[in-house]
Amino acid sequence: MLELQNITYLGEDNTPILKEVNLVLEDKKFYVITGPNGGGKSTLAKLIMGIYQPSSGKILMDGEDITELSVTQRALRGIGFAFQQPPRFKGITVGQLLQLSNKAEIYGELCNYLLDVGLCPKDYMNREVNTSLSGGELKRIEIATLLSRKLKIALFDEPEAGIDLWSFSRLIDTFRNIHSRNGQTTVIISHQEKILELADEVILIADGQIQQKGEKDKLLASILQGCDCSMDCLERTGEADECR
Amino acid sequence: MNVVEKRLLREVADLHDMPAGAYNIRKDGQGVGRQNTENIEIKTKTDKPGIDIIIKPGTKGESVHIPVIITESGIEDMVYNNFDIGEGSEVLIVAGCGIHNSGSKKSQHDGIHHFIIRKGARVHYVEKHYGEGEGAGERVLNPKTIIEVEEGAYAEFELVQLKGVDSTRRSTEAKIHKNGHLLITERLLTHKKQYAESDMVVELLGEDSTTQIISRSVAQDDSQQVFYPRVIGMNKCRGHVQCDAIIMDRAVVRAIPEIAAHHTDAQLVHEAAIGKIAGEQIIKLMSMGLTEQVAEETILQGFLK
Repeated sequence: MLELQNITYLGEDNTPILKEVNLVLEDKKFYVITGPNGGGKSTLAKLIMGIYQPSSGKILMDGEDITELSVTQRALRGIGFAFQQPPRFKGITVGQLLQLSNKAEIYGELCNYLLDVGLCPKDYMNREVNTSLSGGELKRIEIATLLSRKLKIALFDEPEAGIDLWSFSRLIDTFRNIHSRNGQTTVIISHQEKILELADEVILIADGQIQQKGEKDKLLASILQGCDCSMDCLERTGEADECR
Repeated sequence: MNVVEKRLLREVADLHDMPAGAYNIRKDGQGVGRQNTENIEIKTKTDKPGIDIIIKPGTKGESVHIPVIITESGIEDMVYNNFDIGEGSEVLIVAGCGIHNSGSKKSQHDGIHHFIIRKGARVHYVEKHYGEGEGAGERVLNPKTIIEVEEGAYAEFELVQLKGVDSTRRSTEAKIHKNGHLLITERLLTHKKQYAESDMVVELLGEDSTTQIISRSVAQDDSQQVFYPRVIGMNKCRGHVQCDAIIMDRAVVRAIPEIAAHHTDAQLVHEAAIGKIAGEQIIKLMSMGLTEQVAEETILQGFLK
């Protein structure tokens, strides 16, 4: 179980990005965090991974205070994070990146993770993670690096961004399968209705605070009520006039 | 052969034992071992220090190892090596110089290598530089490489220097004829107060001649690097220069690529980039469980691979 207690994060000029956030993520549950851009979703995920340090508040994992732990220490405790814009690595191949992530060296197993994200291992294992990969390919490889690990908490920051429609439906299946297969807590930041539908619980973050948290069916209905447009423009909730 | 000598040979030529094909091993200014094969002849020059390596036309799948090791402090060695690579042959040539200087005097090896890669030949040349030893004596290597790529020949030059050499001034001059191709990859890592300079001029003389120069370097501590890769297109040709450097600590890197076209069908491109390791790269690897230090080493190793 992961618990955020009174987490406040101040950005540049001491502007509050997150304000006194309290959140409990239970084991093996599937959460989707949604809300308007700039509302604090990515910041929350980065605080959990340890990429950002909270200005105040505590983060507990299975009762242990991990607030002061480094990114590496949190990774070793089973937290993983898929970047919204993953970095590229000149000279490092997709296969090597998966190996660094998985630590095992069974080539066949690593190939499966690429298949899970709709990439042919034969074409990709020896490709360098450099600018020759498209944004969509890079995102899928990023997701594969998380799928390859045995995690307690897997955080994905807008995994669908830049991924084409055909791969997207496959990705949905992958998230569903991996979640049940690995028995991990999955947290996905997303605006996509199809991803929201996977969730046990949906968390709506806006203006640096958790506005709503609850079972997907109830919450989706309530978010939708406030929005005339399709679910794909969920991110406009609370922000644009036409969505009110 | 003692432990130091064996280690130097392993570092510069990946040799764990005497190589199978032709070889010539030079230690502290003297030849200490040589083997010719039916197709590859190595001869000592009579007018100046150095060797002639003559590869018969049509020789396929053979290799030549010509490592140089310096184990004594204060040795200043200068050699002239000529390579005549016969028509239609396909060979691997592994050169390189390893210096172990535990004394206080300067140890230096300057090699002038002259290659003629004849019609339709394919050659892969690997040159590694390596230095070690705790003494205050400098380890200096100044190689000069002159390459002539004849019609339809293909040459791949891999030049590597990872740590240990205090000062290096590398000069490379190449002329490429019709349908010839030259690929140069240079990998360099300097640290402490080391200095490295690489000056290259590739002239694309023949129709449809091509070249690609790829330089990857890492400059750490207070080291300095300067790159002058130049490609001159004199005919319908293609040339691509790519200089990519990672800069760290208080190092200084200068990259000055130049392309010059003397023909309307010359297609020449150069790219140069210098930058530090991106913070996101380190964080990504740390988020996979690597420590910050291992993450940095992994990124550098990949970059210089």
